[in-house]
Amino acid sequence: MELMELTALELGAAIKKGEVSVPEATRAALNRVSEANPENNAFITVTAEAAMARAEELQKGVKDASAPLYGVPMALKDNICTKGVKTSCASKILGDFAPVYDATLVEKLEQGGNVLLGKLNMDEFAMGSTSETSYYGPVKNPWATDHVPGGSSGGAAAAVAAGECWYAVGSDTGGSIRQPASYCGVTGMKPTYGTVSRYGLIAYASSLDQMGPLARTAADCAAVLDAVTGKDKRDGTSLGGTYGSLLAALDGKVKGMKIGIPDDCFGDGLDAEVSQAVLAVAEVLRARGAQVEHFALPVMEYVVPTYYIIAAAEASSNLSRFDGVKYGWRAEGYEDLTDLYNKTRTEGFGAEVKRRILLGTFVLSTGYYDAYYKKALQVKAVIKKAYDEAFSNYDLILTPVAPTTAPRLGESLSDPLKMYLSDIYTVPLNLAGLPGLSMPCGLDQNGMPIGAQLIGPALGEQKVLNAAHAFQMDTDFHKMAPKGGTAQ
Amino acid sequence: MKITEEMVDYVSILSRLKLPEEEKAKMTGELEQIVSYMDVLARLDTSEIEPMSHVFPVRNVFRADEVVPSYSRAELLKNAPVPDKEAFLVPKTVE
Repeated sequence: MELMELTALELGAAIKKGEVSVPEATRAALNRVSEANPENNAFITVTAEAAMARAEELQKGVKDASAPLYGVPMALKDNICTKGVKTSCASKILGDFAPVYDATLVEKLEQGGNVLLGKLNMDEFAMGSTSETSYYGPVKNPWATDHVPGGSSGGAAAAVAAGECWYAVGSDTGGSIRQPASYCGVTGMKPTYGTVSRYGLIAYASSLDQMGPLARTAADCAAVLDAVTGKDKRDGTSLGGTYGSLLAALDGKVKGMKIGIPDDCFGDGLDAEVSQAVLAVAEVLRARGAQVEHFALPVMEYVVPTYYIIAAAEASSNLSRFDGVKYGWRAEGYEDLTDLYNKTRTEGFGAEVKRRILLGTFVLSTGYYDAYYKKALQVKAVIKKAYDEAFSNYDLILTPVAPTTAPRLGESLSDPLKMYLSDIYTVPLNLAGLPGLSMPCGLDQNGMPIGAQLIGPALGEQKVLNAAHAFQMDTDFHKMAPKGGTAQ
Repeated sequence: MKITEEMVDYVSILSRLKLPEEEKAKMTGELEQIVSYMDVLARLDTSEIEPMSHVFPVRNVFRADEVVPSYSRAELLKNAPVPDKEAFLVPKTVE
């Protein structure tokens, strides 16, 4: 049995049956991390000692364990607070910050018996689409190390793809789980806004941020979501009592399901190979009894500007807490308090973070607020309404995740606007609060993974996961593994 | 929308950022390109539409006002770049 090739649920079952011990699985993962990390830079921090100690402790309780992912080693994006473990947001400004508390999600995972292997690399403060803006160096795509893994949860996607862990948790503000999952050939899901408590997730844009799983299959994602969703009194926007076990109800039944394909998502700028592979997903689901129809979603040209105005505005406010006083790093050679703030923030933040802070401050400033920020909130209502109308006709919507497969390293950062535009298919879900899943559905001619996105109505996680599960029952794209090296 | 270096200076002051000259020139150009692209929103008539801040009807989440222990000061100060035993230290701000 090749341990690292199992799905998270298969490993959980093997642990329960006693075919493999938690320490054996943890050791295997840590070995793989030491091998792969010098290549792909997916981890910022590896907590090897604590992981082995935790594994030994969990092994004692295997007999009484009931959680399906009990004992399964995993890793967390480095913007999720872990008590006593460095949490950097991949930024210089946080230095060696070690939170004094765990995120609610971390507590819930611990109750389910997880083993934490470490913290994963990302774009600085989750701002970016390539995982190249990290202070700790860029993440490389395990499928071809001269390509980016996507972002901002690039470390999470790369770690799962390279077999360094069985699942990871990332965050998604405008596509940061789904797009790297697509570029790295893994399955990732952003649930409905409010289903996972944001307490302990270091905020980028609070009205859009949501955490979710990256794993090998839709079933693994369902199991992780079962463990981490729920009302939390420490997050006023969290929702409660929304659905039962997603995993238990996962049957892959799509018969009679109505799937809409928005033609506005298959027009100019979409790579032909990506388009073809995504449309082929509809055929697989149709063969299982789903009805597929094309429809118009005439809001796509507005989604990127609306997203970047709102996200930047919230970021400029959220990131004001990083001042070189309370935690993290402080610049040297300042003259007074204002100079301390200026120097720390100017030297402590990278270019992309500064760009978004300035943009956000601009759209909120006197004279421009109405034309940009207020306007974006109004257009957000228009976008939400367009999706509400679509879901009055369809159970699910199928689109690409990104217009192309993973670009080469260094190709994207020189033109920020072009990079923003590549987020077109993922950002509307954050604006409308909807659940979306990215799953592998093919390879392009260079051997790089292509992803398809399934979108559900608010709290429609079960439908999304069922359709993805159905697709994965009939196809093997999710079983493809990177061979490494550079692109063909 | 034209973005000038004076505008970048102004939002930099509000943001507590102080960009070096060459970085500022580059940022001004990039912001102009991005903001000009955002002007596409002006094409849409939204005069009758309420701005939407939260997508779901979750309002006024209350909790009881109970006293609970706060985190240990010593633990919190461990993360500060320049603390003493009981406070964050900063340059003198009031004469």
